[in-house]
Amino acid sequence: MRKSGSIPKISRRTALAGLSASAALLAMPRLGRAADETIRIGFPTPLTGPFAAEARDQVKCAELAVKLVNDKGGIGGRKVELLVRDDKLNAGEAATRTLELIEKDKVHAVVGALSSAVQLAVNEVTRARGVIYVSISQSDTINEAKDFSKYTFHEALNPHMTTAAVARQTLKKGTKVAHLVADYAYGHEMLRGFKRAQAAIGADNVGEILHPFGAADYSTFMPRLMSMRPDVLCISNFGRDQANAIKQAVDFGVKQQMKIVVPVILHNQRLAVGPDVFEGVVGGANYYWGLETQSKSAASFNAAFKAANGGAIPTDYGAYGYSGVGSLLAAMQAAGGTDTDKVVDALEKLQYDLTKGPQHYRKCDHQSVQSVLVLESKKKSAMANDNDLFAILANDTGSDDMLRSCSELGHAT
Amino acid sequence: MDLSLIIMQLLSGIALGAVLVITALGLTIVFGMLGVVNFAHGALFMIGAYAGLYLASLTGSFWWGLLLAPVLIGAFGMLIEFVLIRRLYGRSIDDPLLLTFGLSYILVEGVRIVFGSDGIPFPTPSQLIGVLDLGIGFFPRYRLFVIALVAVVLLVLWLTLEKTRIGLIVRAGARDPTIMQVLGVDISRVWLAIFGLGVGLAALGGVLAGPMRSVNPEMGSLVLAEAFVVTVIGGLGSIVGAVVAGLMVGISISLVALFAPEMATIVMFALMAIVLLIRPQGLFGVRGRTA
Repeated sequence: MRKSGSIPKISRRTALAGLSASAALLAMPRLGRAADETIRIGFPTPLTGPFAAEARDQVKCAELAVKLVNDKGGIGGRKVELLVRDDKLNAGEAATRTLELIEKDKVHAVVGALSSAVQLAVNEVTRARGVIYVSISQSDTINEAKDFSKYTFHEALNPHMTTAAVARQTLKKGTKVAHLVADYAYGHEMLRGFKRAQAAIGADNVGEILHPFGAADYSTFMPRLMSMRPDVLCISNFGRDQANAIKQAVDFGVKQQMKIVVPVILHNQRLAVGPDVFEGVVGGANYYWGLETQSKSAASFNAAFKAANGGAIPTDYGAYGYSGVGSLLAAMQAAGGTDTDKVVDALEKLQYDLTKGPQHYRKCDHQSVQSVLVLESKKKSAMANDNDLFAILANDTGSDDMLRSCSELGHAT
Repeated sequence: MDLSLIIMQLLSGIALGAVLVITALGLTIVFGMLGVVNFAHGALFMIGAYAGLYLASLTGSFWWGLLLAPVLIGAFGMLIEFVLIRRLYGRSIDDPLLLTFGLSYILVEGVRIVFGSDGIPFPTPSQLIGVLDLGIGFFPRYRLFVIALVAVVLLVLWLTLEKTRIGLIVRAGARDPTIMQVLGVDISRVWLAIFGLGVGLAALGGVLAGPMRSVNPEMGSLVLAEAFVVTVIGGLGSIVGAVVAGLMVGISISLVALFAPEMATIVMFALMAIVLLIRPQGLFGVRGRTA
C-alpha cells in the first residue's frame, strides 16, 4: 500500500520534473540539430560507361555550386552536401540508387542523370515519393503531361530547342537532309525535332538510318548515306557515339560531299577526336566557355570553376550540373529551407542567371526557358589556344516561342 | 539498290571483319593450344591501342607504333603467362577464366588512372588519310590498308604453322603435350610463346582499330564480346574457323546494316545462335571439345 501510494507521488514529481527537463533537453538539441542538419542533394550520374567524361564534368560543376553556397554560410545556416551515385547509364540501376538516396540517405532533392532514358526512370521514383527532381538531361518527354509532376523540373535544353536553333543556321528551303540516328529515346527525340524544323523551313528529307546505341563501328552505314546524296547529314547521337560516328563519316569522305550537323556538339568529344575531324561541324549547345566575352555570368562561372579545378575550363554538360544544383539551392534559399512545397513554389517563381544569362522555369511544365547556342567547330589553324574549340554562330535568347506550347504537351491551360 | 552500293557495303564488311579476325585469332590460338579462356583479351586489345598511340607519339611515326606495340604487349603477355597463368595449368577451366577476368579490370583501371577516362585522339597516319576512288565509289585508304595487312599477317601465320619446325612443335604440342615432353621438347616454353603470340595479336588489333575508333579505356569490352562470338561461330581453338567466322560476321553486319540498320549489332548473335543449333561445336570446331 505504501509502495503503491508513494509511487504515484514520486512518479508525478519525476514525471513533472522529467517532462520539463526532457522538453528542454529535446528542444535544445533539436534546435541545434535543425540548424546544422545538412541539406542533402542526391546526384545520380553515369560515372562509368560511354558518357563518363560528361558525367565527371557534371559532378565537378555540381560540387562547385554546393561549395559556393557553403562558403557563404549555407542555407539558413545549414550546410549542403552532394551525394553522387553512379547510375551506370542504366535505368534500373538509376532507379535503385535514387530510391536508396531517398529512403536511406534521406536526401531533400535529386538533381542529375545524363541519359534521357535514365532520367525518366529517376523521375518515376522521385515523382512517386514526392521528392523534387531537377533533370539535367536532354529530353522531350519529361515535360509532357504523362511524365510530368509538380516535383519534376527540367533544367537542360530539350531536343526541340536545339534542333530548331541548329536547323535555322544550317538549312534552307530545298536543302536535302539525311539522318544518322541512335536507336533510343535521345536519337528518336532529336530526329523528331529536326524533322519538325525541316518541315517548317521547307527542307527535304532524303533518308534516315537508325544505328544501334553504343556501336563501335559506323562504317557500314556510310555507303548508303553517301548514296542518298544529301547536302546536310544530321548525326543525332551522344557521347562517344558522336565522336566515333563523326570520325568514321570523315574517313569515308562525307565532308567533301555534305555538311555535318549535330543537335548537340560535345566539348569532350571534340577533344577526344581532335580538331581535324570536327572541323566545320555545326551543333547546338547550352554552354560554351567562350561566351565569357558576351556574358558576365559566364565570366564569373568560368573564373569560379578555374579557381576550383586548377585552371581547367567548364564544359557544356558540366554547366548543367552547376545550373541544375545552383537553381535548386537558390530556390531553397528563397523558401528558407527544404520544405518541398515551398521549394517547388520558389522554383516556379525563380529568376536565375548562373552561367549564361536569364533563365526561369516555365510554370506549366517546369521547363527552363533559356538561351540556345549554335557552335561551329574551328579549324586547327584558327584556334587561338587549346581551349579555343568553337565559334559561336548564334546565341538565341530564351523565350516561350522556342518551346512546344503547354497545350501541345498535354497540360491544362 | 544498285550493285556498286552492295559492293561498297561488302568491302566495309570485310574491313570490319579483318579487325575481328585478328582479334579473335589471338583468343582462339590461346584457347586451342593452352585451354585458357582469356577474358583479358579485350583489355589487352585496348592496352595495345594505347601502347601504339604512345609509341607513335614518342617516335613521331605511326609505323613504329604499329610494329613495336604488338611486340611489347606480346612480351607483357609472356610475363603474364610466366607469373600468373602458368600456375593454373591442369586446374579446371574456371581458374584461368576468373584470373584473366580480374586482370582485365586491373588493366582497364590502370589505364584510366594513367591516361584518364576520356578518349584520346589517334590520328590516321598521314600516308593513309583520305579516300581511294574505286570507280564505283570512294573507300577510306586506311581501311584498305587494314584489309591488306591482316591478309599478310594471316599468310605469315599460316606458313609458320604449316611449313616450319616451330609450327610442327606447336601443332603437336596442342594435340599431346605429354608425348612432346617425352620427346624432349620443353613444352612450357612453347606455351609461353603461344600466349605471347595471342596477346600480341590482340595488341595488333588494338593498334589497327585505333585510327578508326576513338581510343578509350572501355574500347576492349565490346571487342571482347565480338571476339568471343567469332570464336564460338568458328569453333573454339580453330584458326581457320576464326578467319572464316570473322569475315562472315563482318559481312553479315554490313549487309544487314544496308537493309535493317538498327539490327546491325544483333545479327552477330543471331548468327551465333543459328550456328550453335546446327553445329554445336562451331563451324570448324572439333566435336567433343567443350569450353
